[in-house]
Amino acid sequence: MEQNINALLEQFRAVAANPKKAMEDYIAETGKGVIGIMPLYAPEELVHATGFLPMGLWGGNRSISKARTYLPPFACSIMQQVMELECDGAYDDLSAVVFSVPCDTLKCMSQKWKGTAPVLVFTHPQNRGLESANRFLEHEYAVLQEKLEAITGVKITNAALENSIQIYNENRAVMREFSHVAAQYPQVISNKDRHAVFKARMFMEKSRHTTLVKELLAAIKATEPQPWTGKRVVVTGILLEPDGLLDIFDELGLAIVADDLAQESRQVRVDVPEGNEAPLYRLARVWQNMYGCCVATDTKKQRGPMLMDMVRKTEADAVVVAMMKFCDPEEWDYPIYYRQFEEKGIRSLMIEVDQEATAFEQARTRLQSLAETL
Amino acid sequence: MSEKMPSQMKAKELLAYYQAKLDEEARQAKANGKLVCWSASVAPPEMCVAMDIAMVYPETHAAGIGARKGALDMLDVADRLGYSVDCCSYGRVNIGYMELLKEEAMSGKTPEALANSPAARVPLPDLVITCNNICNTLLKWYENLAAELNIPCIVIDVPFNHTMPVSEESKEYIADQFRNAISQLEVICGRPFDYEKFHQVRQQTQRSIAQWNRIAAMSQYKPSPLNGFDLFNYMALVVCARSRDYAEITFKKFADELEELYKQGGSAFKGAEQNRVTWEGIAVWPYLGQTFKALKNQGSIMTGSAYPNMWDLSYDAEDESLHSMAEAYTRTYINTCLENKVNVLLKIMEKGQCDGVLYHLNRSCKLMSFLNVETAELIQEKNGLPYVSFDGDQTDPRNFAPAQYETRVQALGEMMDQAQQTGQE
Repeated sequence: MEQNINALLEQFRAVAANPKKAMEDYIAETGKGVIGIMPLYAPEELVHATGFLPMGLWGGNRSISKARTYLPPFACSIMQQVMELECDGAYDDLSAVVFSVPCDTLKCMSQKWKGTAPVLVFTHPQNRGLESANRFLEHEYAVLQEKLEAITGVKITNAALENSIQIYNENRAVMREFSHVAAQYPQVISNKDRHAVFKARMFMEKSRHTTLVKELLAAIKATEPQPWTGKRVVVTGILLEPDGLLDIFDELGLAIVADDLAQESRQVRVDVPEGNEAPLYRLARVWQNMYGCCVATDTKKQRGPMLMDMVRKTEADAVVVAMMKFCDPEEWDYPIYYRQFEEKGIRSLMIEVDQEATAFEQARTRLQSLAETL
Repeated sequence: MSEKMPSQMKAKELLAYYQAKLDEEARQAKANGKLVCWSASVAPPEMCVAMDIAMVYPETHAAGIGARKGALDMLDVADRLGYSVDCCSYGRVNIGYMELLKEEAMSGKTPEALANSPAARVPLPDLVITCNNICNTLLKWYENLAAELNIPCIVIDVPFNHTMPVSEESKEYIADQFRNAISQLEVICGRPFDYEKFHQVRQQTQRSIAQWNRIAAMSQYKPSPLNGFDLFNYMALVVCARSRDYAEITFKKFADELEELYKQGGSAFKGAEQNRVTWEGIAVWPYLGQTFKALKNQGSIMTGSAYPNMWDLSYDAEDESLHSMAEAYTRTYINTCLENKVNVLLKIMEKGQCDGVLYHLNRSCKLMSFLNVETAELIQEKNGLPYVSFDGDQTDPRNFAPAQYETRVQALGEMMDQAQQTGQE
């Protein structure tokens, strides 16, 4: 059984480590193209319904050089990486790039694409409680749909879109279960492998990913959970990379029992609601129902209470804040939930995330002292 | 406060008089149990003013603190609360100030940093209103104000215009938010909304804006009767009082003075202006004088800036659908695609007969910095004029180096001189 688990994990690791191959394989198998999805949120279902592969563009681990011409040093680490990849032509085989603009940096990035693929921009409304916001977003999606149809040459029917919605809702449900199961089996699913399962999700056709995750879950659940002698943490932020950082969590026996990372669980937090309304409208409702994310305006600031609830449910010992370097929406949220943690006696630690990093000694020291004092 | 009557005052005196009066009115409102609202600088004040709510503008307030060299104390407080130095310095200065006011309200004692601050005293808000037409940071900042003070937050979200012109769907969504803000205000104020006054306030806003645009138009003349840096100062009233007659009165006076100066053949520049520049970005408030003087010393006058132009909020005050007002509040050039942004800047340069551009790479403003390279390249392609960029910050004095600024300004001056010589040959 253990062998089976490892063989399955190896598949996720391989996809996560080599998106280019995933893209080439998909094109070879289907004869269709690949469409890039910029962070943070997009109605991927629309792309999926064309038969093209939606592929997440969440940076990399390159040394930054060309991007320096176009971005000052105070642009966030992930967009420095994306810009470097744009300049290197890494995205030029994509048929298009879907671009959401929920922060000031993304607004600018959407206007300065250096690759050759066409950029399809849409704007999320931020007064999310209003019905008029749903209608506005539905219209944005309708415009996006037209553009996707023109590029792919595929008419997106309501039937195809409903099918894609079902596939995505199932994948999200399976990933929520995976996160829950991984927390019970930290000896079996390392933090790095947990991340690989999430990351592979961005590069695989979702029904295939779902099948593979289901197999993995079945294999894991066939084993007995073992008592965990290490500590349990919840992580929050945009993403937790490179793998070198996750290795430190593994080495120190800090099991990630839940995450609030934009790249991981925030992507599967909210399903497309059921109902009789048109699929495009229901896709728009996802944004209204989203919560706990720095780029989804929330005048009630519910992220802190949400994180505390996660800590309680997972019996976590602490929250680790993976602060994306120079990400001001995340930085604005921090003082509020930090104060709330302090008031409730919840331990927390902030570490800086820089995708370009190759050495992690500072993070190691800080995480080590956290692990020792929990 | 001056003993003169406003009708006897010069524009400069009116500016100081009404700024002080607005602060005093806010303090009086608080003392008398009336509502005080803190507002983002280009958020629509029309609804709040119609409900007789006293308005306070944290960005203007923070800029004032910066200009009076008081920013560092406030930034320290924000730092203590966990705000990263990466966050906008206006926001951090204001959060620091808010925290000190809160400490004072809770303890009854005035914290030393507040007592010693050169900041104009303004009261804590009972509600806040924000609008993201100049950045999404204003959403995060005001979320935090509302959370820290446990008060209502009115959001006017104007979606980024990735294509221009503004779509009908966007206008309808924004107009719906105006209507929603009205119902929020009815609950907050505990009384029905005053639609008649709302109409009058919209008309007043348009009269103020018309006078504001009269001032800005004066830089078209050569030599210019208007020093563009004066717009940075007068901006305080287009931000804080455009829905009141204070702004209209002051701007009319200033525009009249400038017209008179122009008729008499005078100019803003003492001596002959050598060349004219566009300033792209927010002012460096802690170094306003230095940034002005470095240009002046080499004979350059600033005759174009899209920044004060953001308050050209002209709309049809009679349009009850509010679509026209919605359009005015969302078309801010930094809330639009690069193509439109470039066109706006090109027109400003053309109108101001500018010879070059100075780009402020502002550590505090990602939205007004991250497209500078592309903007500069596209503009140069179109009009062939030279440009330079300098590193700065709107209110954090630690992020500005006068020596670098002076060197860059000098380089721009040389390029402009060279271009003029080449043109004459």
